[in-house]
Amino acid sequence: MMNPVPIQHRKARLVVVGNGMAGIRAVEELLKMAPEIYEITVFGDEPHPNYNRILLTPVLAGEMALEETILNPLDWYAEHGVTLHTGSRVTAIDRVRRQVLTEDGRTTPYDRLLLATGAAAAIAPIPGNHLPGVFSYRDMADVEQLTHSSDLGGEAVVIGGGLLGLEVAHGLRARGMGVTVVHRRAWPLDKQLDARGGKLLQTAMEARGVRFLLGKESAAVLGDTHVSGLRFTDGSEIPADVLVMTIGIRPRIEIAQAAGLQCEAGILVDDTLQTYDPRIYAVGECVQHRGQTYGLVAPLFEQAKVAANHLAEYGRMRYQGSVTSTKLKVTGIELFSAGDFMGGDHCEEVTLLDSSQGIYKKVILRDNKVVGGLLYGDTSIGPWLFQLMRDGTDVSAFRDNIVFGETHLGDSGHAGENQASRLADGAEICGCNGIAKGSIVKAIREQGLFTLEEVRKCTKASASCGSCTGLVEQLLASTLGGFYDSAPKKKALCGCTELSHQEVRDAILAERLLSVRQTLAYLDWRHPGGCATCRPAINYYVRTAWPAEGLDDAQSRFINERAHANIQRDGTYSVVPRIYGGVTSPAALKRIAEVAERHNVPMVKITGGQRLDLLGVKKEDLPQIWADLDMPSGHAYGKALRTVKSCVGTDFCRFGVQDSTRLAIALERGLERMWAPHKVKLAVSGCPRNCAESTIKDFGIIGVDSGWELYVGGNGGMKVRAADLLCKVKTHEEVLEVAKAFLQMYREDAQYLERTAPWVERVGLDHIKAVVVEDLESRRQFAARMEFALSQEKDPWAEAISGRLDIHAAPLRRIPA
Amino acid sequence: MEWLALGNIEEIPALGGRYVETPQGQIALLRNENDEVFAVSNRCPHRGGPLSEGFVSGKTVFCPLHNWQIDLEKGEAMAPDHGCVKTFPVRIEEQQVWLGLEKATP
Repeated sequence: MMNPVPIQHRKARLVVVGNGMAGIRAVEELLKMAPEIYEITVFGDEPHPNYNRILLTPVLAGEMALEETILNPLDWYAEHGVTLHTGSRVTAIDRVRRQVLTEDGRTTPYDRLLLATGAAAAIAPIPGNHLPGVFSYRDMADVEQLTHSSDLGGEAVVIGGGLLGLEVAHGLRARGMGVTVVHRRAWPLDKQLDARGGKLLQTAMEARGVRFLLGKESAAVLGDTHVSGLRFTDGSEIPADVLVMTIGIRPRIEIAQAAGLQCEAGILVDDTLQTYDPRIYAVGECVQHRGQTYGLVAPLFEQAKVAANHLAEYGRMRYQGSVTSTKLKVTGIELFSAGDFMGGDHCEEVTLLDSSQGIYKKVILRDNKVVGGLLYGDTSIGPWLFQLMRDGTDVSAFRDNIVFGETHLGDSGHAGENQASRLADGAEICGCNGIAKGSIVKAIREQGLFTLEEVRKCTKASASCGSCTGLVEQLLASTLGGFYDSAPKKKALCGCTELSHQEVRDAILAERLLSVRQTLAYLDWRHPGGCATCRPAINYYVRTAWPAEGLDDAQSRFINERAHANIQRDGTYSVVPRIYGGVTSPAALKRIAEVAERHNVPMVKITGGQRLDLLGVKKEDLPQIWADLDMPSGHAYGKALRTVKSCVGTDFCRFGVQDSTRLAIALERGLERMWAPHKVKLAVSGCPRNCAESTIKDFGIIGVDSGWELYVGGNGGMKVRAADLLCKVKTHEEVLEVAKAFLQMYREDAQYLERTAPWVERVGLDHIKAVVVEDLESRRQFAARMEFALSQEKDPWAEAISGRLDIHAAPLRRIPA
Repeated sequence: MEWLALGNIEEIPALGGRYVETPQGQIALLRNENDEVFAVSNRCPHRGGPLSEGFVSGKTVFCPLHNWQIDLEKGEAMAPDHGCVKTFPVRIEEQQVWLGLEKATP
């Protein structure tokens, strides 16, 4: 029998037409996922490697050099084995022979083709539009020519008062030319601003020397051998030495169209970014997806990611369109607009106008949800507003103050500052990792960062506690200007997947996934072992969805929850036994004292939650200390019920109107061992003096003469938030049932690591009330599910003492010298 | 090089770790999803966190204190962090885990 002839495996050939931001981003994503499967060739008709198109205006204005805008230097292509042909225009695609033809007569075969041809400037169809001195403003070549022409000085006319028009006007003015912006509509930037905002902008730009001619329709470019002026349809004329047309862009679809690919305004693609020909994908400004074309960076990058996923033969992701917002700087004036900023029928407006400070804010609401907004002069609330809009958050609770932004009251760690633009370069933004504003801005510019995740990865800023996330987003927005889109529509759970928290959670329920390993395998995790971000989240989701059957995977819990003690900076642990309601006894105190002495515990401290903490314990000693204490675990180390703090109450306090200690003990006994998305703290005060500080707790209770007031969503830590009144009830039993129902709803709905405070804001208090207060049957069911889940949990310390739980306290081996 | 038998691989939890006390200090043994076992010094180069208590995935361990990621083959911290830990050779034969230690110089 003959030996089988080995098949020569050659790599598949991927040809990319377009060496711009979308095309190269797709290549980068592809190399990340599958570096080996393609031999990649890139054609670009410009002479440069991929540069940051966002920075054209700083180059025109003379603030930056071309070299500083390069995102992928030539070395990058070489290092990654990507063949780059610059200055090489692809003129045709031969789909039958599967090859592309370039201007210089070269043919290049492909197995897969990625079109990223971008868009070209639209040229007004008027006589004289090709005279020397008439420019468009799309690429570095335009900038170079404009720079050259403007060196001669004179008068520049910009046709089109949109984003690009105003930017080029600013750039040319900075180069010393007289500049007039001609616009058909009654105010500039009419696609992003209403009349009031447009007028503010116009006034501000006029103060900087830019003139406006509004409501004017161009009829002809004047001049014989070179542009000399512009005539309008009303017969009037203005002189011009340089004329720039920025009336819009049109996707470059010519070669796709000639090759028979279906096109409308752009090249038509489906949700996988595939064109009519399954071998050909397309991304970027040349694409039309679900009737939309896009020009901002964020949507293009989302497309690049999806296309790369399919080119890498993962075949998992879908692009479902992007919601975009515009945040830009024109001549140093900050603007933000998103969604429907004009308002109209069935809409309400909340506005703020401070003409002397040049600040104008307008938020459009429909049914108490943000549907659009416009910010002029102060855009600090932009990312937050956009988040509210995308999430469809009910804003009824804070609509009166919405134009002032999120209350940053008490945000700790960066001196209460919440406007990044006001900070000096040396100001510390990230208090956890000690990262200053200057180094973040530098990294964004020099390393070409576009997203929060990239900034976190590259600088560590906002990568720890996250309280400075808002500031970092502002820095991204102000550094990237018009092209920053605060966040992708969907946030992936972590870098191992494209799926969101909710999608993973839904799959665990629908597919009955009973362990972390099973979930990672079923959902095709990029790293089969997951990471430190996804594993704890998935373990929590599995345990919440399947309290009886789901496997609690110790290796998917943080060390604290695996050792059932809090790891300290020196690798020792702290031990906090449960003291129900903060009420203890001489006998219990004696026992704790004896244990501390016997084991030479270095520090005994009273915690903020009314209990005692034994600090500095070696892991090896934990089981013996637990056995000696003979008290239940206080779960001070877990994303779990911590304490129920209480005041003295009617037993002793002369002001008390309710028995707060008895209720606190009942609550702590009723909820102990409850795991949750994050830590959960309760408090019970026996009168409205609120000595137990119930209004900054996840679930707080205040006794009044006629019963109990129940508060939810409070927080006293990183970000102070006063709790909202959920309802008022009469009996202890009702308090317990509402507490269980509320916390179970939180457990089932909140994302892992989301505290009750942001969760309540996200889902809305009214919705929570409807589910766990007003609908008595629903309340009962939520409480019953909580009770069932708790019935499955055992005290971990007792389990460890009895030998049923092994926390690996001792080393695997001791090797003697 | 002296090879020491540490015990059965099943004594090291998959996707996690254990440590051994040696004359050269604590050494973390980390086992990944493919039952590969790596040995590195049990001190994160950042603040000395016990790597044996970290998450393991592929060739990476995540330090339990501040989430530094350490490449288990090279012993190097991954960007943007800098630092390294000593690595030690490991052999697995019939479920038995062997750790290679340089003989202490007299």
